[in-house]
Amino acid sequence: MARTKQKAQSLLESEIKVAPITTFSVLSPEGKVVNEDEVPNLSDEQLQELMKRMVFTRVWDQRATGLARQGRLGFYAPVAGQEGTMIGSQYALDKEDFILPGYRDIPQLHFHGYPMYQAFLWSRGHQHGGQIPEGVNVLLPQIIIGAQYVQASGVAMALKKRNTKNIVITYTGDGGSSQGDFYEAMNFAGVYKLPVVFVVQNNRYAISTPVTKQTAASSLAQKGLAAGIPSIQVDGMDVLAVYQAVSKAKERAAAGEGPTLIEALNYRIGPHSMSGDDPTRYRTKEEPTEWEQKEPLTRFRKYLEGKKLWTEEMETGVIEEAKKTVADEIKKADQYPKMKMVDLIDSMYETTPPHLEEQKAEYAD
Amino acid sequence: MAQLTMVKAINDALRVELSQDENTLIFGEDVGVNGGVFRVTENLQKEFGEDRVFDTPLAESGIGGLAVGLGSQGFRPIAEIQFIGFIFEAMDSILVQAPRLRYRSGGRYNCPVTFRAPFGAGVKSPELHSDSLEGLITQTPGIKVVCPSNPYDAKGLLISAIRDNDPVFFMEHLKLYFSIKGEVPDGEYTVPIGKANVVKEGKDVSIFTYGAMVHTSLKAAEAAEKEGISVEVIDLRTLSPLDMDTVVASIEKTNRAIVVQEAPKQAGIAGELIAQINEKAIFHLEAPVLRVTGPSTVLGFPLIEEEWVPSPDRVKKAIQKVMSY
Repeated sequence: MARTKQKAQSLLESEIKVAPITTFSVLSPEGKVVNEDEVPNLSDEQLQELMKRMVFTRVWDQRATGLARQGRLGFYAPVAGQEGTMIGSQYALDKEDFILPGYRDIPQLHFHGYPMYQAFLWSRGHQHGGQIPEGVNVLLPQIIIGAQYVQASGVAMALKKRNTKNIVITYTGDGGSSQGDFYEAMNFAGVYKLPVVFVVQNNRYAISTPVTKQTAASSLAQKGLAAGIPSIQVDGMDVLAVYQAVSKAKERAAAGEGPTLIEALNYRIGPHSMSGDDPTRYRTKEEPTEWEQKEPLTRFRKYLEGKKLWTEEMETGVIEEAKKTVADEIKKADQYPKMKMVDLIDSMYETTPPHLEEQKAEYAD
Repeated sequence: MAQLTMVKAINDALRVELSQDENTLIFGEDVGVNGGVFRVTENLQKEFGEDRVFDTPLAESGIGGLAVGLGSQGFRPIAEIQFIGFIFEAMDSILVQAPRLRYRSGGRYNCPVTFRAPFGAGVKSPELHSDSLEGLITQTPGIKVVCPSNPYDAKGLLISAIRDNDPVFFMEHLKLYFSIKGEVPDGEYTVPIGKANVVKEGKDVSIFTYGAMVHTSLKAAEAAEKEGISVEVIDLRTLSPLDMDTVVASIEKTNRAIVVQEAPKQAGIAGELIAQINEKAIFHLEAPVLRVTGPSTVLGFPLIEEEWVPSPDRVKKAIQKVMSY
């Protein structure tokens, strides 16, 4: 029999192709509903709460960058532009769910119960900043890019082994998606079907490196496909889209169906950190202005105003409250007792070994 | 009491801890069905189920992160790194995340993880399977480093390591896995972390050593005794923190000291020990403290491995030299 042509595919045809991804969104940049079926089931009060938290976070961020400029904070990574992802994702959680953050993810920790004055102390490197209160289920902001991802699988395995219905959410950025840990974590979570929501906040820059130099992949979401886990790209400046995507991923995780990767597209309006980063070295002056058209607060404000759920008085109220809270909390941080060498030494081990007792004696009052 | 190899003794320690604490978990590459490439975890999955003893994907950083995450939630993970050279892929977990969790959280979290890995030359394994990397780990505050030289200590120290509320790196010398047997009590007992062991008493010179080099040093001591030199051999057992009380007490008695390590000469345990001897016992010394070590090169695996590793003869020469002052 002659060999038939039709069955075998050519090498080129056998190549795996990723179809173009459609970004999941609920609201347009103008604040109009573009996805009626996916509008999350939130009460008017809950919608207002989302807005309050975003406005609060924006003011807090402005104050914190100011404090950092005055040298009153240590390391601080601005969050403006990313509030939609941060606030929307945390709002989808239960109190018992765990957050494993990167260093920029302080707002999520705060709304999960981590006191703001401790965030300020953490920023300064004070150990009390890391003493997460009992009952607040978060780990410390991670400095090593991606390390929180591999640990998220460990925490999620712990929750699963204890038969809780709770989940872990962990965050990294576009730069973090280049780390081996990013893939290793998703791969482990996929194999063991762990209750994890992996969020990658694609804010377009890893310090100065644009996402186009980070990967040849056409999306970061598709990186989850290699680990065999459901993956989605959402408009990270659309707080309702983020809330909806994380809620669904949480439901799946809690039902024992395993992890999800969520790429949230947003934009870091400010610098990478307040430690000397100058964004004009790597992006045009116009670029942030263009992104500000899509930014999460404006969009959601328009949406709420359309529903008669938001007024200027409400906005002013939140701004005043935020200013007062930040002032009170920085005062509390300032008044907290100074760190001591002996406490640092005693925190290395459960029982301080002889060589450290000796060294401690050199620092005793 | 049973005569057990080191592998069986370690297996026994793991079994004891899996039985007595449901928070203990064992995981790593090939530790489940296969029982580990050296059979250290033999039958444990069968006895305790896949929930407690399980295989991981081939990714050491993933293993390390899993261990730290579980440890932060009150589990007692016992993570196997299949060969010592593979720890480099997991260094962030081993040297950063686990040792710093207590400090970073001001005591709110701790990380009771035990990392186990085989190391050491003498069995002709491939590159990066048998290096002595303990010096790298002991440089890091917040993690303890333990290295047994015999089956009894291996079981007792491993049980202590697993029960410790801080991270412990447990080093298992490849050459000792099957080559020596010793009496190992049934059931649970512990050997304390941070305590050295006087393996052989002597009065003229002290040898401080650990792991396979304990046996090399004992051979050298035996040979030296025939020449009338009385040698004390001390097995450090814990490399971080060092038991300086035992070290200093021995030097006060013998006034002469040699440190024997398989690892390359530069930096490392011998260097640290000698620095501490300098601080605490220099006026008791009648001769410089000597080192017998591997050369400051990569390990000459496997063709010149035997030449590379310190021999009893090299240790004996050092004994003669230190006595000549």
